[in-house]
Amino acid sequence: MDVSVGSSTADNTAAAEGQAFVWQRKHLLGLRELSAEELNHIFDTAESFKEVSQRSVKKAPPLRGKVVVNLFFEDSTRTRSSFSLAASRLSADVLDFTVKASSVSKGETLLDTARNLEAMGIDIIVIRHSAGGAPYMLSQSIDACVVNAGDGYHEHPTQGLLDIFTIRELRGSLKGLKVAIVGDIAHSRVARSNIWGLTTLGAEVFLVGPPTLMPSAVNQLPVTVCHNFDEIVGEMDVLNMLRVQFERIGSPMFPSVREYSRLFGLTEERMTRAKKDVLVMHPGPINRGLEIESEVADGPNSTILRQVTNGLAVRMAVLFLVNQAAAME
Amino acid sequence: MTNQTIVKAEELERLVKQLAQEIANDVKDESPVVALVGVRSRGEILAQRLQALLAQNHQIHADRGTLDITLYRDDLNRAADKQPVVKTTEIDFDINDRLIVLVDDVLQTGRSTRAAMDALIDLGRPEAIRLAVLIDRGQRELPIRADYVAKTITTTDRNQKVSVHFHETDGCDEVVFGND
Amino acid sequence: MTQLLIKNGRIIDPANNVDTVGDLLVSDGKIAAVGKSSAKVKPDQTIDAADKLIVPGLIDMHVHLREPGDEEVETVASGTQAAVAGGFTAVACMPNTDPAIDNEASVEFISRQAARADMAHVFPIGAITKGRQGQELAEMGQMVRAGAVGFSDDGDGVANAAVLLQALKYSSMFDRPIMEHCEDKTMSGGCMNSGHYASILGLPGINPLAEELMLYRDVQLTKQAKARLHAQHISTAGSARIVRTAKAEGVRVTAEVTPHHLLLTDADCQTYNSNFKMNPPLRRQEDIDALRLAIADGTIDCLVTDHAPHLRSQKELEFRNAPFGIISLDVALGLYVKALIDTNTIDWPRLIQMMTIAPAQILQVPKGTLSVGADADITVIDPKTEFTVCVDKFASKSRNCPYDGWQLHARAAYTIVNGKIKHSLH
Repeated sequence: MDVSVGSSTADNTAAAEGQAFVWQRKHLLGLRELSAEELNHIFDTAESFKEVSQRSVKKAPPLRGKVVVNLFFEDSTRTRSSFSLAASRLSADVLDFTVKASSVSKGETLLDTARNLEAMGIDIIVIRHSAGGAPYMLSQSIDACVVNAGDGYHEHPTQGLLDIFTIRELRGSLKGLKVAIVGDIAHSRVARSNIWGLTTLGAEVFLVGPPTLMPSAVNQLPVTVCHNFDEIVGEMDVLNMLRVQFERIGSPMFPSVREYSRLFGLTEERMTRAKKDVLVMHPGPINRGLEIESEVADGPNSTILRQVTNGLAVRMAVLFLVNQAAAME
Repeated sequence: MTNQTIVKAEELERLVKQLAQEIANDVKDESPVVALVGVRSRGEILAQRLQALLAQNHQIHADRGTLDITLYRDDLNRAADKQPVVKTTEIDFDINDRLIVLVDDVLQTGRSTRAAMDALIDLGRPEAIRLAVLIDRGQRELPIRADYVAKTITTTDRNQKVSVHFHETDGCDEVVFGND
Repeated sequence: MTQLLIKNGRIIDPANNVDTVGDLLVSDGKIAAVGKSSAKVKPDQTIDAADKLIVPGLIDMHVHLREPGDEEVETVASGTQAAVAGGFTAVACMPNTDPAIDNEASVEFISRQAARADMAHVFPIGAITKGRQGQELAEMGQMVRAGAVGFSDDGDGVANAAVLLQALKYSSMFDRPIMEHCEDKTMSGGCMNSGHYASILGLPGINPLAEELMLYRDVQLTKQAKARLHAQHISTAGSARIVRTAKAEGVRVTAEVTPHHLLLTDADCQTYNSNFKMNPPLRRQEDIDALRLAIADGTIDCLVTDHAPHLRSQKELEFRNAPFGIISLDVALGLYVKALIDTNTIDWPRLIQMMTIAPAQILQVPKGTLSVGADADITVIDPKTEFTVCVDKFASKSRNCPYDGWQLHARAAYTIVNGKIKHSLH
C-alpha cells in the first residue's frame, strides 16, 4: 500500500464516494464500444480540465515527458490545433506529422510510418485518416496509445464526445432528449460517433436528410429517420447541423445547394418553429447560408463556440485517460 | 489488522480549534487577509472547519478554495492498482500576492505538499505559502515541513497508516491508525 | 512398368457412380484397375488408404497464379505447389496477369511454366477481350489451339453488353465457356458489402445488385446467343435465384462458389483485417444460407477457391486501400467440408462431384474421373483427423488468408498427378 499523503487522500476519496471506476482503454477508437459509465468518466474528467484553461498558467504537468504525435493524413487545421493545444496544456511534447512532410507519399505504408514513429519513442498517436479503420489497424500493431481523430466515414470520437459533453453541460442529462442530426449522414463520421454516444446515454436520435445521404441499412441503427425537417423540428431539444461536403454537390446525391438549404438548412424561419431553448450545434467549419444561416449560427441558441472550447477539455481528458491506462500496464 | 482509533471526536474538535488558534496567532495582522486552500478531499473539509473557526473565534474572514492535485502527482505514470480521479480545483479568488495557507489532513512523505505547491504556483504568485496539517506523522521523503501542526505521531512502521475521518465524508470524526 | 497400389480406401468416383471400399491400381500413369486388386500385382509402391477416401484428383477452376508480372506474389510453380498440398491435381488460372493472357503466346507460356514446375496440371483461361479492356475480342480461336479452356476478364466483368453478346456468340463455335466476373462497376466502387456493417464501420459499400444486375443481363445475352455462360464466384441469394431460374428455362449457364462466401460474412470485416476483403465481398448470413441451398439443389455446379495471392505489404494497407482477394488453395478441401458436409448440406459423393467431374465438364477437359485408362490424377483424402490451419506453412508464396488458426478435419493425405505422388502428409 502506498502510504504517501497524496495517494491516501485520493484513494480515500474514491473509496468513500464509491468511484472504484478504472479507465482501461489505452486507445480511443470510437464511441460505439464505450459504456455509459466510460462516457461519463470522460465527461467528468473533461469538466475538471476546463478549469485548467481558465488559469493564468494554462498548463498542468501530467503528460510531462510524454510525446504526442499528430499523424494527420487528411488536412484539418481545427482538429489538429485542438489536439496540439490539449497535449501541450498537459505538458506533453507535440510532434506534428502531416502527410505532405512525410514519406507516406513515397509508398511507405501507414504501419511502416507508425512503426518508425514508435521507434522514436512516442507515447500517443493521434491519427486522422481518410480510410475507416486505419486507427484500429494501428492499435493492433503498435504499443503506443492510439486516439482516433477521425477515420473515413467511421468515427470521430472526440467530436462526438465534445458535442455530447456540451449538451450534458447545458441540459444536465442526456436521458430522454431528442437530438436531430441533419445532413449527409452516410458520409459522416461525426454522425456515427454522435449516434453511438447519444443512444448509449439515453437520448433519442433522429437522422434528417435525403434518402441519398442516409447510410445503407439505416433501419438497423438505433435511430429514427426523417426526410422532412419541418415535421420534427418543433420536437427537438438539439439540432446538430452537419457540414455539407462540397465534393458531393452536383453528384447524384443531391441536385443543388439551393435545394439542399431549402429542404435541410437551418434558416431563421425554420428556427421560429423550433423549441425556444433548442441547442443549435455544428461541428465546424460552417458553410454560412448553406446548412445554417448566419443569424442562426451566431444566435442565442448556438453552441458552436462553446463546442470549440469544450473540444479542448474533452481532448485533454482523452489524452490524459489513455495515458493513465497505458501506465497501468 | 483492525483499525485502532487514536483520536476520538472530542479530541479531534479540540485539535482543529488548536490549529485555528495557531494560524490566527500567526496571521492576525497580515494584510490582505489570509486565504485557506484545502487539498482535496480531507484537506477541503478541514479548511472549511478552519474557515468557520477563524471567523467565529478570531474575527478573521478568510477566503477559501479547494485544490485538486491529481495532475501534479509524481506517481501518475507509475503502475498502480487504483487510478486517481481528476477533480476540479475551485479557487475563485486571485491568489497573486496573497498569504496562502495550504491545508491538508496528514503530512507524511511530503509529496502531495510538493504537488500542491506546484499546482498553486500555476495559478499565480502568492506572497507566501504556509502549510497547516492536522497530523504530522513523520517519514518525510522530501525536505518539507509544516508551519502549523495540531498533533505529531511518530512510528517507524511504514505500513501503518494514519487516516483522518470526518463525518461529512466518513460518517464520524476520528483519527485511526491501522491498515484501513 | 511402374505400379502404384492404393489399398482399402473408400473409392468415390461420381462420374461413374462409384462409391465403394476397395483398391485402386495405377500403372504407368494411368488408372489400371478399380475395385479388388488381384493378388498377382506386385506394386512398386503401396498406399494404405484405410479410413481414407480415394477420389479423382480435385480441380479448382478459379485460381490466380500471378504469372507473368507478379512473380514475387505467386508463380505457376508456387501456386501449383499449393494446389497439390491442398489435394488439387489441376487448376484453371485466370488471365488477369501483367500483361494479360490474351493471346496464343501467353497461353503457351503458362503451359510451359506448368510443365517446368511439374506439379499440378494448369488449364489457362484466356481473356475475353484484348488486354481485358472490354472493347475488342481477344483471339479466342488461337488461344483455344494453344490450350485455353475458357475465357474470362476476371477482375472485371465485360461492361459493354454488345461486346459480351459478340463474345458469347463467337466463343460458342469452340464450345468454351465465357466465364464472367459479374460486377456492374457503376454500382460497386466500395470495399465491402453494403449494409449494416459497412454503415457501422464507415466503409464504402458494394451493392449486391452490382453482381446481380450483370448476372441477369449475361443470362439474357447467353440465351439469345445460344452460348455457354459460367457465372464466377456468385455470392448473393439473388444471384442463386437468377441462376436457378435460368437453368429452369434451359439457358446453358453454370455457376461456381468459393469457400469464403460459404463460411464468412460481412460481420467478419469488423476487425478491419484486409484478409476479409475480397471481390465479390463477404455478404450476409442469409446469402450463405441461400448459397448452401443452391448447392444442395444443383443450382451451383462447382466449388472454386478464387485463390488470389497478394504480398503481405499490400494487404497491410488500410482496409479501404488494400487489394481484394484471399488465398485458400492449401486448405480449401477442409473449408468445403466444414461449410457443406458438417452442415449436412450435401454428402461426400456430391462434394467430390462438384470438385472433379463438374469443373472438368464445364471446361471440357478429360479429367475428374477414375475410369480405367484415365490419367492417374488421384487425391487420397483423410476426412477425419483434425488439424489447425497454419498460414506460415502454406506452399503458396503469399499469406493473405483469413483462416489462420482454424480447426478443420479434411485434407489431402496424398495428391497423385499422372501416377506420381506430388504431395503426401507423411
